[in-house]
Amino acid sequence: MPLWLFIFLAVIAICGAFGVILQRNPVHCLLALALTLIDVGVLFVGLGAETLGFLQIIIYVGAIMVLFLFVIWLLNLQIEPAPNAHLALKFFGSIGAAALAAELSVFFFNAQPVSGVATIPGTYGSVESLARMLFSDYLVAFEVTSILLLAAVAGAIALARRMTGAALTRTPVEGEGVVRARESGS
Amino acid sequence: MAIDLLISAIKAIVVVLMVLNLSGLLLWFERKGSALIQDRIGANRAAIFGVGRRLGLPNVGLMNTLLADPIKLFTKEDFVPNGADRFLHSLAPFLALFPVLITFAVVPIGDVLEIGTRRINLEAANPGVSALYVMATLGIGVYGVALGGWASNNRWALLGGIRATAQMISYELTIGLAIIATVVAYGTLNLQQMCHLQGGVWFGWLPRWGILIQPVSFILLLTAGMAESKRVPFDLPEGESELIAGYFTEYSGGKQAVFMMTDFAEIVLVSVLVTTFFFGGWQVPWLYPNGFHFPGGAHLGLPNIVVAILGIIAFWLKTVFFCWIQILIRWTLPRFRYDQLMRLGWKGLVPLGLANLVVTAFVVVAVGAK
Amino acid sequence: MITPIDYFMGLSAVIFAIGVAGMLVRRNVIVMFMSIELMLNAVNLAFVALGRRVGSMDGQVIVFFVMTVAAAEAAVGLAIIISLYRGRETLNADELNLLRW
Repeated sequence: MPLWLFIFLAVIAICGAFGVILQRNPVHCLLALALTLIDVGVLFVGLGAETLGFLQIIIYVGAIMVLFLFVIWLLNLQIEPAPNAHLALKFFGSIGAAALAAELSVFFFNAQPVSGVATIPGTYGSVESLARMLFSDYLVAFEVTSILLLAAVAGAIALARRMTGAALTRTPVEGEGVVRARESGS
Repeated sequence: MAIDLLISAIKAIVVVLMVLNLSGLLLWFERKGSALIQDRIGANRAAIFGVGRRLGLPNVGLMNTLLADPIKLFTKEDFVPNGADRFLHSLAPFLALFPVLITFAVVPIGDVLEIGTRRINLEAANPGVSALYVMATLGIGVYGVALGGWASNNRWALLGGIRATAQMISYELTIGLAIIATVVAYGTLNLQQMCHLQGGVWFGWLPRWGILIQPVSFILLLTAGMAESKRVPFDLPEGESELIAGYFTEYSGGKQAVFMMTDFAEIVLVSVLVTTFFFGGWQVPWLYPNGFHFPGGAHLGLPNIVVAILGIIAFWLKTVFFCWIQILIRWTLPRFRYDQLMRLGWKGLVPLGLANLVVTAFVVVAVGAK
Repeated sequence: MITPIDYFMGLSAVIFAIGVAGMLVRRNVIVMFMSIELMLNAVNLAFVALGRRVGSMDGQVIVFFVMTVAAAEAAVGLAIIISLYRGRETLNADELNLLRW
């Protein structure tokens, strides 16, 4: 992808990422993260992975971030107070992260270049080639992922369900070391 | 290179201008059309300096809706409620409008135009996976509504915003299923390619439009599209008689105008999508790139540019037809209750969409081609 | 001029480091979760860039699975956060210290 476009997108991504960690209002952090994720999606499209780029926007920005937004609303989060706490943590944390970034960058820039120029087939990044690989080489992982999603849905509902009635009063029974299974209402 | 950039820019500008103009026209349709349906007169007062009053022109109501209303809206005081998040309150309307407008970039208005040696695809942008792009932008459209409700520091607006967000993400699923079934039937994700595949005839006279291949998807897309754009009968988030104006209660002036524009632009968007997927897009029945080939055997040769212009006109006529249908539905049906709405979305349309997808897949594999 | 692959990897490294900084510095559990998403996306970017450089689709398939797992993890993680909030009425990581020494 042309260099000027990459620099433009990279600047937006880094500004968004800084926005995520520096904003005090959680909703502003969420918007900055949505911006960064859309930017990464555009980078994917620029790298030839069209399907994946749009899937990134559909899944991450369209679904996961909305889930985050609902949770922030539900919990009615307030703006974080006291920005001057934990100064030592912030100082050393920032230095550690900067050191990590520097070390990784040095490593990448000095890595052995991949020999030869790779040939990019015309169908690179299309739905057909992605699906072909998913259903042949990575079939087991694909099926396991669907089971994982089912487990995640069941787990999320079980965890976040509002317990009422018998579950609210936990009476540990004498002699048993195990809390009886909760019965949640409705 | 510069010519290509210029052509792309012109295509993009033309599409956006057409959409915005159509939105304005739809506002007039809505006011006068609803007045006709409800057996009342509607807007009929405004005229410019009394011109046309003797001819009865104000009765048409054009001056009212196209001139007086926008001027009023944009010159009203623009305020941010006390205690509200200034940045988000100002950002939300534009965040709602932006995804709707950029979706029009991948919609094919016409066939490939040949000017000299240059072939211009009458579509502002042509990624290989246009249908995914449409779904992506529909997903982004949730944010404007959500933040508009939340940033108003008003609990009824927040309630409307939460309802609207939940409704939108629920019906996005149905839209996705309808689009996927159509994609499976056509074998391609590219919108321009889908319009090309809808040319030709069956049995010598029946145009190969998508509605004949995927009737269930058409109903799903139309219903879910209307729910997605929060039109009656799905407009509980707006709740005109319950939540005042739901998520845009605290908006006035220019920002409310932008929210309204989003509403009408989404009507155009749903119409455009239905036209492209199920009614041949820019295809005119029996019109091929070199002229008409009527079923009786008659042939009318036409130059390429006339064919392209006929395609563009056909596209916009079909779109306006579906806009009109949506306005009719709005003023005919009562509003759904919120639990009925959610039940319809999750327990009615999603299983129907899944069943449609499975049946489509079976049929496609059984037929073995296309 | 075409951007060399190193630039994409450098961007991925920077975003990853910013995610790490977010995890270390912020005390709000939801913002820490968002930093995790940042880190995941940085890694996705690295995968796609390297896949493009080598010319194979493996990078994209792996990113597909990473995205799916991230979605599942986000759902379960947010459910946990909701339960935590219901029990302890706080989202400050410093105050969620029952299991600490």
